Amino acid sequence: MPKLPGLIKGLGVTMGTLVRTVKDGANTVQYPHAKESPPVRARGVIALREDNCTACMLCARSCPDWCIYIEAHKQLAPPRRAGGKPRQVNHLDRFDIDYALCMYCGICVEVCPFDALFWSPEYEYSEPRIADLLHDKTKLGEWMETVPEAPALEVGAEKKK
Amino acid sequence: MIAMLPVPAVDPVLDTESWWWQPLAIVGLKVLVVFIIGLVGTMFMVWFERKIVAGMQNRIGPDKAGPFGLLQTLADGIKLFFKEDLIPERSDRFVFKLAPFLAFVPAFLIWSVIPLGGDFTDGRDGTVEWFGQITRVQLADPPVGVLLVLALSSIAVYGVMLAGWSSGSKYPLLGSVRASAQMISYEAALGLSLAAVLMAAGTLSTSGIVAAQDQLTDWHLLSTGVVPFVVFLIAMTAELNRPPFDLVEAEQEIVGGFHTEYSSIRFALFFLAEFMNVISMSALLVTLFLGGPQPLLIGSFDLFAVLGPFGGTAWLLLKVFLFLYVYVWFRATLPRLRYDQLMDLGWKVLIPVALGWFLLLAALQLGRDNDLSQVGYVTLVIVCLVVLGLGYLLFTAAISVARRNRDREGAAY
Amino acid sequence: MTMLSERQQLSYIASQAADARLNVELETEGMTLNIGPQHPATHGTLRIIARLDGEQVIWAEPSAGYMHRGYEKLTEVRTFPQVTSLINRIDWLGSFANEVPFILAAEKLMEIEAPPRAQHIRTILFELSRIANVGLFLGDLGVQMGAITPVFLAFRDREYVLNLIEGATGGRFHPNFDRIGGLKDDLPQGWIDETRQVMKKLRGFCDEIEDLLFGNEIFQSRTRGIGVIPADVARQYGLSGANLRASGVDWDLRRDQSLPMAWDKVDFKVWTHPDGDSWARCWVRLQEVRESTKIVDQLLDTMPAGPVMAKVPRIIKVPEGEAWVSTENPLGEMGYYVVSKGDLGPFRVKIRSASFNNISITPWVLKGVYVPDIITILASLYFILGDIDR
Repeated sequence: MPKLPGLIKGLGVTMGTLVRTVKDGANTVQYPHAKESPPVRARGVIALREDNCTACMLCARSCPDWCIYIEAHKQLAPPRRAGGKPRQVNHLDRFDIDYALCMYCGICVEVCPFDALFWSPEYEYSEPRIADLLHDKTKLGEWMETVPEAPALEVGAEKKK
Repeated sequence: MIAMLPVPAVDPVLDTESWWWQPLAIVGLKVLVVFIIGLVGTMFMVWFERKIVAGMQNRIGPDKAGPFGLLQTLADGIKLFFKEDLIPERSDRFVFKLAPFLAFVPAFLIWSVIPLGGDFTDGRDGTVEWFGQITRVQLADPPVGVLLVLALSSIAVYGVMLAGWSSGSKYPLLGSVRASAQMISYEAALGLSLAAVLMAAGTLSTSGIVAAQDQLTDWHLLSTGVVPFVVFLIAMTAELNRPPFDLVEAEQEIVGGFHTEYSSIRFALFFLAEFMNVISMSALLVTLFLGGPQPLLIGSFDLFAVLGPFGGTAWLLLKVFLFLYVYVWFRATLPRLRYDQLMDLGWKVLIPVALGWFLLLAALQLGRDNDLSQVGYVTLVIVCLVVLGLGYLLFTAAISVARRNRDREGAAY
Repeated sequence: MTMLSERQQLSYIASQAADARLNVELETEGMTLNIGPQHPATHGTLRIIARLDGEQVIWAEPSAGYMHRGYEKLTEVRTFPQVTSLINRIDWLGSFANEVPFILAAEKLMEIEAPPRAQHIRTILFELSRIANVGLFLGDLGVQMGAITPVFLAFRDREYVLNLIEGATGGRFHPNFDRIGGLKDDLPQGWIDETRQVMKKLRGFCDEIEDLLFGNEIFQSRTRGIGVIPADVARQYGLSGANLRASGVDWDLRRDQSLPMAWDKVDFKVWTHPDGDSWARCWVRLQEVRESTKIVDQLLDTMPAGPVMAKVPRIIKVPEGEAWVSTENPLGEMGYYVVSKGDLGPFRVKIRSASFNNISITPWVLKGVYVPDIITILASLYFILGDIDR
């Protein structure tokens, strides 16, 4: 077969793509009307399970750009067992994550020793005002509904714990 | 052939005894139609280009404004119209304001001499009868139609050139220098390839050229259909600043070139002019080489016979459409040439080829005119070929000498 | 001493004056053209100051720093686990590859080594980020020369790779998946099969680009013989990666270095090209993408089982010492010189990023070329602005 000039070959490629686009449709996903579902592990937004949080401040300290604000006070909780002493617990007053600063690195979720923070693949929370990107603990708690189950691991992976 | 044409070739409608409302109405109607075709055609051309290029890139393209996004251009135009009109501090204000019109008006005026249709069924010559007047479907039919086109496209160069120069900025200046060099040198190739067509047709009037091409055998496929056609196509692409010759407005190199500093409606005028030029020059190409609105008969079957007198327009649209598609296709595929490569192509390939072919045709025509004998004719051809060969040798020698001198001087730093 | 007649003297003076006048008249000042910091072809905010004579460049100099973010300084006030979240923003197109050398340097200081499965997955993700990065280069190459289609094809097919990276790590651009001692997590189920399919798709993409762009005569005339960098000049300017290999130097840190990565377990070819021009650089990169897809395929076939994290203390303190580790990143040699004083964070980090050195050759290579060639040469040298300015 004689060698086609590269120019013609290139024209063939674009023509082929046109035919394929007309036949199979474009590769575009038109966002507000159609949505791609992000993978389960996608780091969309951080959800907070308030009951688990002990205000230990580990997440706030390990955040590379210090976008987590925690305030808490100590209070007495009813004893675990009947007749026991009342426990002293940290009550969370404020748990804010400033998504205008957050780098979505996931270190806070990783360091949390009490499983209070989770990643959710939800991503539609942009705001017209930058101040509204500061999510307080109620809003962070609402994201908990969108947190998926951790995915099964690939063959050969070691089971955790 | 000339004798067949109506004597005042300007327009048969003006050649009447009775000057009443009909000629005026016809001319007014034509102006209106040409104006609307120009604008609407441009609008659809922009849409068409965006849609096809999108397809070639696996995208959707405009599809929100109007059905299939057809009104996208209109929306963009309105947006541009309401944008702030910026005039740079260091610009030459008058020229800066003038330049878009210099580009835009000629693009419109070219439409006036292009035959837009006509009745070619059963071997008619394309004239139609409106309001009892015989007329052509063409705004004006001056005997120098093709020259008018050349003149107008030369004026359009000024638009681009002055736009870049008057912006008072460096990138537009580079663009304007490129524009003047590129367009002027390709104008030469364009004119030379045109000359071959004019010689074959024996007339300068566009309607005359179309009338001379009433059958496929009269398209002069051998004499004008190959060499001048290809030269014209390439030169025209360069003239229009279409890829792969869009150096004048290369975004990646000189940031939009001559229209870098333009905004708002002035930019829109350049934009419109460019796309309008694409359509009008494609129409000119079809007129000159492919019979314009003449039907392309397969046997005696006319594809658009059902349309009656509008069949000619349909044929013209079909042919123009083909070229528009080719332009869009090029745009989607080809990278841009470099400035010096472009000049090389223009001066060392296109102009010599067009000139040589023109001389050959001229010699043959001369032989035909003088009724040479068979032997004389063959001798003439041989002499021509020898002269062309000599010319080619001289030409290559000149190029190689120039190259050696340049290397010796170390001009390449 | 020869006596000159008055007439001769006068004519001599006149000719001198004429020469001088001619020189003054013809000597035109070059036009200084600032290409950038805001220019469509500089991938960000690189500024090239070029003095032009007509369209020919007589002098050019890159001026970097318009996007300097100070990563070397920033790392000093971060702990070791936090650093990876910053440094994958250096070369933002191949971000996972930025994390690896730093983590390797820290591991070297701590004298731990990631388990084999972690090394494997690291290498796969490293090559995936190379494909994502250089694949985009192949598309961008066309758009720098006015062919608009390749870039859309590249963006389309890069998306598959990014989906893979996101599926495994959770981040498309900034994975932050590498940890001292291994990886954050194992791969999710079905990832390996998906990757195999995507690799097939990407080989198709390479063929498509080769037909569309590399075979094109205009493209060839724009790149062949343009911006030639001979091997010794390339070495002197510290070029690395595909730019050096395109000058005929057979140099690849993946093969030449023994690192705790999985490259020694696969069989791959290091592509070189003798020409050293823009064409060679583009061509070598095209072959590299193909080679990377093959590396990924081989690694997927030989994936060992086991943990992905070595035993590492919960609070990481890196012992006192200094370590230098560099890897063959998508853009070239990228290395981290980490100095630790035994604290939670590094004492000092020197980042050697490939683009900074690759772009340093521009004053040499841009001399005498035309304005469009500046763009071509810059595109073929392939820099990421974040990698220059850090």
